[in-house]
Amino acid sequence: MSGRQNLFNRVWDLHTVRTMASGQTQLFIGQHLIHEVTSPQAFQMLRDRGLKVMFPERTLATVDHIIPTDNQARPFHDLLAEEMMSAIERNCREFGVTLLNLNDNRQGIVHIVGPEQGLTQPGITLACGDSHTSTHGAFGCIAFGIGTSQVADVLASQTMALGRPKVRRVGVDGKLHPGVFAKDVILHIIRKLGVQGGVGFAYEFAGSTFDAMTMEERMTVCNMSIEGGARCGYINPDQTTVDYLRGRPFSPQGAEFDRAAKWWLDLASKPDAEFDHKVSLQAADIEPTVTWGINPAQSVGVNEPIGAVSTFPAEEQKGIQEALDFMELKELQKLRGVKIDVAFIGSCTNGRISDLREAAKIAEGRKVSPHVKALVVPGSQLVRAQAEAEGLHEIFKAAGFQWREAGCSMCLAMNPDKLQGREICASSSNRNFKGRQGSPTGRTLLMSPAMVAAAAIEGAVADVREMM
Amino acid sequence: MQKVEQVTGRAVPLPLDDIDTDRIIPARYLRCVTFEGLGEHAFEDDRQQDSKHPFDDVRYKGASVLVAGRNFGCGSSREHAPQALVRWGIKAMIAESFAEIFFGNCTSNGVPCVCVTADAVKQLAAAVTANPQVPVTVDLPVLEVRCGNLKFACTMPASAHSSLTTGQWDFLAQLVEAGDEVLATAKKLPYLNGFVSA
Repeated sequence: MSGRQNLFNRVWDLHTVRTMASGQTQLFIGQHLIHEVTSPQAFQMLRDRGLKVMFPERTLATVDHIIPTDNQARPFHDLLAEEMMSAIERNCREFGVTLLNLNDNRQGIVHIVGPEQGLTQPGITLACGDSHTSTHGAFGCIAFGIGTSQVADVLASQTMALGRPKVRRVGVDGKLHPGVFAKDVILHIIRKLGVQGGVGFAYEFAGSTFDAMTMEERMTVCNMSIEGGARCGYINPDQTTVDYLRGRPFSPQGAEFDRAAKWWLDLASKPDAEFDHKVSLQAADIEPTVTWGINPAQSVGVNEPIGAVSTFPAEEQKGIQEALDFMELKELQKLRGVKIDVAFIGSCTNGRISDLREAAKIAEGRKVSPHVKALVVPGSQLVRAQAEAEGLHEIFKAAGFQWREAGCSMCLAMNPDKLQGREICASSSNRNFKGRQGSPTGRTLLMSPAMVAAAAIEGAVADVREMM
Repeated sequence: MQKVEQVTGRAVPLPLDDIDTDRIIPARYLRCVTFEGLGEHAFEDDRQQDSKHPFDDVRYKGASVLVAGRNFGCGSSREHAPQALVRWGIKAMIAESFAEIFFGNCTSNGVPCVCVTADAVKQLAAAVTANPQVPVTVDLPVLEVRCGNLKFACTMPASAHSSLTTGQWDFLAQLVEAGDEVLATAKKLPYLNGFVSA
């Protein structure tokens, strides 16, 4: 039977400590990542109960959400942010957790740092108080976003209580068209399966399209599993995974690495593995995709008109019209040509070196439209250093982009990088929710980093394929 | 922990789909190191743009049951969202469905979230809008939602139902109890043992 077990169930069983009174599984968490926003209350819960961190060496902390990406001098101008910085510094010191702080060149967005350092490995379980923890599934591990109470659970017991989800195989096969990126693949999947299609499921992304992807592309796909409702998404480990992990600081070394690689490769779901549900999509159907609404499933191809409201299911039509009204878009309108005010390249979805390279190819030798404020925010200090070594920052600056320090920046409204008023932003981030980018009435169009660069230059949503 | 069996109180209707946690509590209010004071900021941005938002409507002041649509609480894992609702006064939620992380966060805080059909949401919202004084009961032992003459079956995952109704929703205490079994599990994990057993 175990031969037909998919990776998810095999890893789940391996980490099962016991079945709890409620019927949930007490699941061992191999790697815990924390950041400044969702951890202070959790440490306080431990303090209130006189508990210690059970495996301090299996939790790593960094700072990302609240940090400014321009002036990072301490104390921060924002005193609330400064208080959170002090809290994570104090908590990590008191409980013996390693903190990659601003003065550490390994600091960055938690979901970029984990893989970069080799902490994210196949076959482990990983948790973090952040819904985009699904990112780490790109390595063939089980990675869950959790709330603050569960952060306390993992700190104190290295486990958490969880019901076993079902597993859906989301198959995508074939070669992507030029100008179509991993971001377009996941936006397409969410459009097809809906924002709540994945509730109760872990998604296994499988098929030749994912096989051909780099690790960074796979991370972009898994990152947005949660936007389709799936708390966890993963891709089976293969030689690409092994090659990425070789030589990373926290990867096994020497003979241990060879033993690890053998185990990792064996974990992958076999061709006859069983799933609770399967869907199949074709890479050839995917276009450069842009969202038009207020959730990540509300998207269309860049040259495709938004559907007529009447073509949506009756119970959704009111919400669709409200989304169009908020965005000041009309049914049957095409996104191409919609004027933008801000362009944001960065985030845990698309703030990696390959994302910056793709965007730089578009920016090179061109100029950002005069009315557009354009930001490039590397996902980590190491990404930033690599980009500078390759001269990408010079390309961006020459084109009129601002070149910033590493952090979450304009993906969410917790640091000084925010939309103002009704501004409309072409964004490589993950959420187009109302108010997400810092202005309650601000508007977000999600797209790939290359498409954001194209929009910055055009001053309006553009088709990146015409600029390649 | 206290058993959570029945919640009865006036309700506030918010029968919209896909309400994300950024809307429940805008991110700028996550710049804090405790959950205190979040209640007054629940739905703040929505309220600023809609003078008739139910959370500002005096008729629903003091309500303790929230009636919502499909996929309530989607998006960010922030526990600040249920914490804000609880601090506003919410003690139970009824919706067509809930996002998973949000649901778990509510259960960890002893707040029952039950699912009813889309039609039941519509009828409950209409009844509460017509008479905001009418009490709504979420009855976990019999898995029922009642409001005046209306009565609907509701659902809840068995694990959350059992945790709440038996008063065993303090997961931290239970998890910590199993320390020896946790260590035993760690001993058999290949990556914690040099991959020699792999």
